Amino acid sequence: MSNALLSVRDLRVQFDLGRDGWFGARRVLHAVGGVSFELARGETLGIVGESGCGKSSLARAILRLTPASGGQISFQGEDLLRLDAEAMRQRRRALQPIFQDPLASLNPRMTVGEIIGEPLRAFFSSTMPRDERRQRVLAMMQRVGLLPNQINRYAHEFSGGQAQRIGIARALVLEPELVVCDEPVSALDVSIKSQIINLLQDLQEEMGLSLLFVAHDLAAVRHISHRVMVLYLGRVMELADRDALYRAPQHPYTRALIAAIPDPDPRRARAHPAKPLGGEPPSPVTPPSGCVFRTRCPHARARCTEEVPALRSVGGSQVACHFAEELTAD
Amino acid sequence: MTSEALIEVRSLDIEFTTPDGLVRAGTGLDLDIHAGEFVGIVGESGSGKSQLLLALLGLNAKNGRLRGSIRYRGTELVGAGKNELGRIRGDRISMIFQDPMTALNPHLRIGRQLTEGLQRHRKTTAAAARARAVEMLRAVHLTEPERRLDQYPHELSGGMRQRVMIAMALICEPELILADEPTTALDVTVQAQILELLQELRQRFGTAVVMVTHDLGVVAQIADRVAVMYGGRIVERGDVDDIFYRSRHPYTEGLRRAIPRLGEDRAARLATIPGNPPNLAQLPRGCPFAPRCAYHMPRCDAEMPTLETVAGTHRKACFYDGPLADAPEVLA
Repeated sequence: MSNALLSVRDLRVQFDLGRDGWFGARRVLHAVGGVSFELARGETLGIVGESGCGKSSLARAILRLTPASGGQISFQGEDLLRLDAEAMRQRRRALQPIFQDPLASLNPRMTVGEIIGEPLRAFFSSTMPRDERRQRVLAMMQRVGLLPNQINRYAHEFSGGQAQRIGIARALVLEPELVVCDEPVSALDVSIKSQIINLLQDLQEEMGLSLLFVAHDLAAVRHISHRVMVLYLGRVMELADRDALYRAPQHPYTRALIAAIPDPDPRRARAHPAKPLGGEPPSPVTPPSGCVFRTRCPHARARCTEEVPALRSVGGSQVACHFAEELTAD
Repeated sequence: MTSEALIEVRSLDIEFTTPDGLVRAGTGLDLDIHAGEFVGIVGESGSGKSQLLLALLGLNAKNGRLRGSIRYRGTELVGAGKNELGRIRGDRISMIFQDPMTALNPHLRIGRQLTEGLQRHRKTTAAAARARAVEMLRAVHLTEPERRLDQYPHELSGGMRQRVMIAMALICEPELILADEPTTALDVTVQAQILELLQELRQRFGTAVVMVTHDLGVVAQIADRVAVMYGGRIVERGDVDDIFYRSRHPYTEGLRRAIPRLGEDRAARLATIPGNPPNLAQLPRGCPFAPRCAYHMPRCDAEMPTLETVAGTHRKACFYDGPLADAPEVLA
């Protein structure tokens, strides 16, 4: 697909943990182990997985907040990993982040107006009159559901949901093409979470944004995404359309994730309680050979130890499992 | 469920004196907890749910003040001395916290922390305590229990640490376990492990559990009875089916509808509750939910509705008496 806005090829993120003692081997944590995907204009791709699966490292590497150790990130036809600092700074106009903890990611010494206006100041300090900047900030505030009279307040005076609205306004004030959201609703209460998900979905449609939506909450991800990518230990297990992923999950890990969600309907929950996945996730420093999921997979066989399963098409989805067809037939 | 109440909370107020003024974390709370039952306390941040749990063991911060009554098997706990509370804490009633990493002491080996309660309350010998600790770690399905005793908390995964916390809570065979968001910090597959474990242990030991959570899915699966809190008040309580199928409070109903579900269409918008939760330092005079409520009436601003019987043990604190299900979806 050449009309993709973002095309990620074999992206790797590693963290050097130093030597194991003075003479020990170098230890490397493989946070993202060769991830590839494409994102079309106006599309939302959900990225899910449990803690340590590499989803946040992937998001941060795409934003170039964490150095990638290999691969390509092609954004609007250019490889972001080859840009120097100033060229990358220019691209940030089109590539904006929204973070998990809105209060921690907003400067406590700046007013709401300053926070939202900061990107405009950084990019148009000489060309945009102060008055116009203020008008743009006010328009953005209104758009995300903040009141004009809140412009001189400080972030800590707001509740979590309101603070996340400020974070969204700051990310969108430059009218970016791509917004990378790292767990944007995980810290919010249920009643507020749905407000923010609706807001992001509306803004995406109005502004034609592409979204990467990283989260561990499958139901929220399913709600907002067109396609969903499931990560485990830094590898893609499955990449599929949202409905296909939830109605006919192909990978054993995807199935385990879905089966573990408690059903908010007591009768159904009593009949089918959330099913735990046995075992503990392996260390990303010494990942298992072959398929990284094999140590917890109920269907693992000899081949899974020997051969890394490639991501391949099975019934319209992309799946990294040697036995996907067989397991789906069951 | 037996009718024997372990805990009777009556007209309990929980207040904190702070630089921002008086924070009312709990107002007029009434709740019974019976032997062997599983009670879910649901609410959002700042609803006062955790403070209610802490109040049951007199663990609120120093600037806090309790008024009203909490009786444990007839013994009044409000105003009880340190010694009296100390005899109950960890022995008859124990607690599981949200984040096992901060609740466990990073400097002490698992074995030492596990057996502390036993040695304090039961004067057990070290060898007997260690044997009991191994038995408890086995009960929570931790592999290689003998080796775990000599490990430090950082050597275990989040799920394993929470199992240790549960083993610690169970070691004196308490009648009641208080659990404050015990699965919130865990991944969903590990959460399912812990829920299954709590269910199993409750059947095996007959322990009553009060679990505070914001996750209605967790409550639906595991609770017998549910209390819904908002702005420091219990606004509705009843059997789990009362709350999920016959809810009569607009807040409960809004909360239930706001959960994203796996089977939903992308085009459908999520139902929301407009506005923001109240500040416990500036609660309105009437119903704390009134400013966000779709069924708001003038009366709601003037006075707080009391908990009234709907049917059986189902109670709600709301003046509105009409149907909630037919109401238009509230969108924001």
